Amino acid sequence: MTDSRESYLSQFEQAERQLVRGGDWLARIRRSAIDRFRELGFPTPRLEDWRFTNVAPIASVPFRISASARTLSSTESLLARGLGSQAPNLLVFENGRYRPTRSRLADLPEGATVLSFAEALRERAPSVEAHFARHAAYEAHAFAALNTAFAEDGALIQIPKGSVVSSPIYLAFLSDADKPSLSNPRVLIVAAENSAAKVVEAYFGQGEYLTNAVTEIVLGQGASVEHYKLQGEGEEASHIALTQVQQEKDSRFVSHSLALGGRLVRNEIRVALDAEGAECALNGLYLASGRQHLDNTTFIDHLKPRCTSREIYKGIVGDRASAVFSGRILVRPDAQKTDSSQTNKNLLLSEDATVDSKPQLAIYADDVKCTHGATVGQIDEASLFYLRSRGLPAEQARALLTYAFASDIVRRVESASIRAQVQRLVAARLPANLVFEEQQ
Amino acid sequence: MTQVPMLEIKNLHATVADQEILKGINLSINPGEVHAIMGPNGSGKSTLAQVLAGRESYQVTAGEVLYQGKNLLELPPEERAVAGIFLAFQYPVEIPGVGNLYFLRTALNAIRRRRGLEELDPMDFLALAKERMKRVELDQSFMNRSVNEGFSGGEKKRNEVFQLAVLEPKLAILDETDSGLDIDALRIIAKGVNSLRSKDRAMLVITHYQRLLDYIIPDRVHVMANGRIASSGGKELALELEKKGYSWIEEQQGSKAPKAGARAP
Repeated sequence: MTDSRESYLSQFEQAERQLVRGGDWLARIRRSAIDRFRELGFPTPRLEDWRFTNVAPIASVPFRISASARTLSSTESLLARGLGSQAPNLLVFENGRYRPTRSRLADLPEGATVLSFAEALRERAPSVEAHFARHAAYEAHAFAALNTAFAEDGALIQIPKGSVVSSPIYLAFLSDADKPSLSNPRVLIVAAENSAAKVVEAYFGQGEYLTNAVTEIVLGQGASVEHYKLQGEGEEASHIALTQVQQEKDSRFVSHSLALGGRLVRNEIRVALDAEGAECALNGLYLASGRQHLDNTTFIDHLKPRCTSREIYKGIVGDRASAVFSGRILVRPDAQKTDSSQTNKNLLLSEDATVDSKPQLAIYADDVKCTHGATVGQIDEASLFYLRSRGLPAEQARALLTYAFASDIVRRVESASIRAQVQRLVAARLPANLVFEEQQ
Repeated sequence: MTQVPMLEIKNLHATVADQEILKGINLSINPGEVHAIMGPNGSGKSTLAQVLAGRESYQVTAGEVLYQGKNLLELPPEERAVAGIFLAFQYPVEIPGVGNLYFLRTALNAIRRRRGLEELDPMDFLALAKERMKRVELDQSFMNRSVNEGFSGGEKKRNEVFQLAVLEPKLAILDETDSGLDIDALRIIAKGVNSLRSKDRAMLVITHYQRLLDYIIPDRVHVMANGRIASSGGKELALELEKKGYSWIEEQQGSKAPKAGARAP
């Protein structure tokens, strides 16, 4: 296969001096990552992990790594589409670059650090050296290797011991490409002992571009992190992301992944429950239409005893779109008293829509409680008739049932302001123009 | 001058999954009248109700249905609702994720919009809903729950009559609204239904048991057997059925049409 690998290798050679300014440790990691990318190349469907997602359309385009300092004229409209409401804590990135003038940090507790990743590298923040690329395994993941070699900007969020950030921290990654470009956002969230924070990563844009994001989240003992991902990339865009979560004792991680945009998308979340009593909940909703391909891959690694994982992903797939749910749960020999459940439900709206649902449970401990289930169905004819018999036009009835299918995922969003936003984004994607308020 | 019937069914035949269930129904209901249809299980009562409401998986193969003098069968289900037809389902569907009241307001406003009326805002609708809930003694906690989700059998039936009271149709079809109810719930339902009787509204009450007709007194009673109306009469017909059982009707019909399942010429 001819691909764009060489282009990235030469782009690295050109930019290396600038890329390694964070220190020798960084130079070593960058070099090792680009070498690993060279060895791995782009994944192909021959690899089990990539069986349902062919990234050839990405591999064949030599995207330029966006270095321009061009400010976007579309930022306001993209922000309005993606976030709507005013957020007190907001970092804005345009084509991968932090824009301080559009950003604000108005509601952070004493001691909490929120920095652009470029600034964190410049300042040689110790937590970056301690955690950068220590969790997201670029050795096994070509896109993570590419990100690790090139990542220059993104965010560092550090919450000190016992500190609670009550307002969500929004990271808005906005893209507007006039030629095929690549950004490599990098986010590192370090939540110390008994701290708590909510972080929203939002991706919106237009034009032909590739977002290749890596997020590392480290939870100390008793820490709590709610991580939201609102993915509404442009319709010609591709989005590949890896979120790697490392959990200490009694920590609690909640993920809400909303996948709406992009032509070719893979969102991968990997959680290591690496100490007793840790719990995680992964909630996902994906809405694919047109010719979109949305891949949701998750891996929950139960390494230690008495950890809990709850996973529910729901998908609505229409037109000629395709979607993937691939959820692996590994219960290691040490992980006795594991309590794990996984559900994947899919609603197909057309004959040409496809879903590949692949739950995988591997259990090597004997005293565990694990359940899983996956369904693929269509709109229930009896429910549709019931609604229509009450006077709802067929299209509106279908939209209402479609929304209803998604609604339990929306309701899981604990924060009211984020929930309203999710609700708005989901409703905007439905075929009929319904007004969805809180259904009271 | 003769009155235009609310509903006129002429020689209606219908199939479900290629099996003929209705084999020539004839029935006429005038405004203000309450007709009861009784009959054993499998006689086609519920099929008739679903066909009248417009269920698309039921195929009408012959005959016609006139509603207020117009061809009903060409209308999709939602247009029948707009025209004033309401079916209280025998098995109301649970729809998780759709709020009970939100759904009903959306339905009422969809109907009002098609009729060229102003839509009700949430406050006005709430006032209407609260008043109508009292008629069926439905607790207000049901308003904020998902449509029929986790409702008991009796609660689902009361919710149907509540919807009936809000949508105020011209022709109400009640499909075994009494099944599975205890006597107290039956009285409440009947009271709600009776409060909706008026000279402009017709009702078709489908039931397996005579019991409901002690509370909702019909003007006419029809007995269905094997896809046809086997016998019609006044309310005393229901009492006779109660005494003699359905086998009496089936035998009577059997003597008229000697071969079981044979079609009338």
